[in-house]
Amino acid sequence: MQKEISLETVACPDCDLLQQIPPLPPKGKARCPRCGLVLATEPTDSLDRTLALTVTAAIVFIVANAAPLMQISAVGNRASTTIINGAYQMWMQGQQITAAIVAFCAVLAPAAYILFMLTVLLAVRRQPTPPWVGELLRWADHMQPWSMNEVMMLGILVALIKIAELATVDPGIGMFAVGGLVVLFAAIAVTFDPRKIWERIGWDDSSVSEGASVSRTEGGQ
Amino acid sequence: MTGAARTASRAGLVSCGICELLLRPADKAAPGYCPRCGAELAKRRHHSIQYTWALVIAAAICYIPANLLPVMTTNTLGSSDSDTILGGVVFLYTSGSWPLALVVLIASVMVPLGKLVALTYLLITVQRGLPGSSRDRTRLYRMVGLIGRWSMLDVFVDTFTVALIQLQPLMSVQPAPGVVFFAAVVVLTMLAAESFDPRLIWDAETRREKRYG
Repeated sequence: MQKEISLETVACPDCDLLQQIPPLPPKGKARCPRCGLVLATEPTDSLDRTLALTVTAAIVFIVANAAPLMQISAVGNRASTTIINGAYQMWMQGQQITAAIVAFCAVLAPAAYILFMLTVLLAVRRQPTPPWVGELLRWADHMQPWSMNEVMMLGILVALIKIAELATVDPGIGMFAVGGLVVLFAAIAVTFDPRKIWERIGWDDSSVSEGASVSRTEGGQ
Repeated sequence: MTGAARTASRAGLVSCGICELLLRPADKAAPGYCPRCGAELAKRRHHSIQYTWALVIAAAICYIPANLLPVMTTNTLGSSDSDTILGGVVFLYTSGSWPLALVVLIASVMVPLGKLVALTYLLITVQRGLPGSSRDRTRLYRMVGLIGRWSMLDVFVDTFTVALIQLQPLMSVQPAPGVVFFAAVVVLTMLAAESFDPRLIWDAETRREKRYG
């Protein structure tokens, strides 16, 4: 019976069970007792480390998109491609919808994710935290499943091996940069604790009073 | 703890789907928007079962042309050659890279099919209230979310092959109609997984317990 510690009450997003998240030790995890979902983690120095990783990811992202992924040479012909050129060629060959999906999953979604995360992580360093940070973090959350660096990486490797049967291929700098992005995105996912951002965002009850008045439930019953 | 699980919905609370803020809405039917992150609030995702069914059926329809139609055409000095997804797997296998052939087979054929089967199973068990472990079903749902993106693999392979092999007039590769159906299957199943609400699995369990004591 700990009385003095204020516990955060949450409903498990996967099974709706109400529960209190106890204070976690460093690198600790809290799981939902009913469905097993990880509800909270406590990464060390989350916000600073995530910011460092996101800045790195932004630089590597620019390299990955500017540098050629691979070059081929066959009977005196040389050719190379970048990520966006792949989508452009699909578009030119009459596959506009596929081109749009590729451009979104390979370039736009990761770019938006990095941009939103950078803005959020820089903005929370100011006190008080601006209210639009919550909105941006929500958009970053929406972008995450659609940013497919790791799938693209494997796709590039499979294409490389397929083409190697037909012509001489050399991996380009872009391909290594995509590999770097895969690692960085995984590192961001592990280091980032969104609760650290949410708890800093103040919100105003009166702003929602028309039609949707709400009251916050604190701890206990 | 039969039927006694303390859920947010029982307590008359709504949890924000994005930032997990717990709120007591004045009007339960129309909880409005989250004051912290601006997401639309809902006790359960809107029309979850209907939307998920619609997306699963649409994806299942696209799955057929995605596998039957060729995804790319290779033109070599006058002759042209079309490849389906499975043709691409066979090509990788015969050219000696069977581990890669296996990866493409799993990502392109088995993962989309597995997702369709898993989501259909979840929809039917929730609607019919069939007995079974809710915990395992929730795990299955999470797995669908984790593996779904990997079926985009073949779309990327085709894109970069097309972009690179443009050595006119010697050899060129063009995308074929199958690829758009294939991409559609991936996008539709991802949207289906997002529209399904796993909490419905647990609601079904509560209803079952109420009925049978």
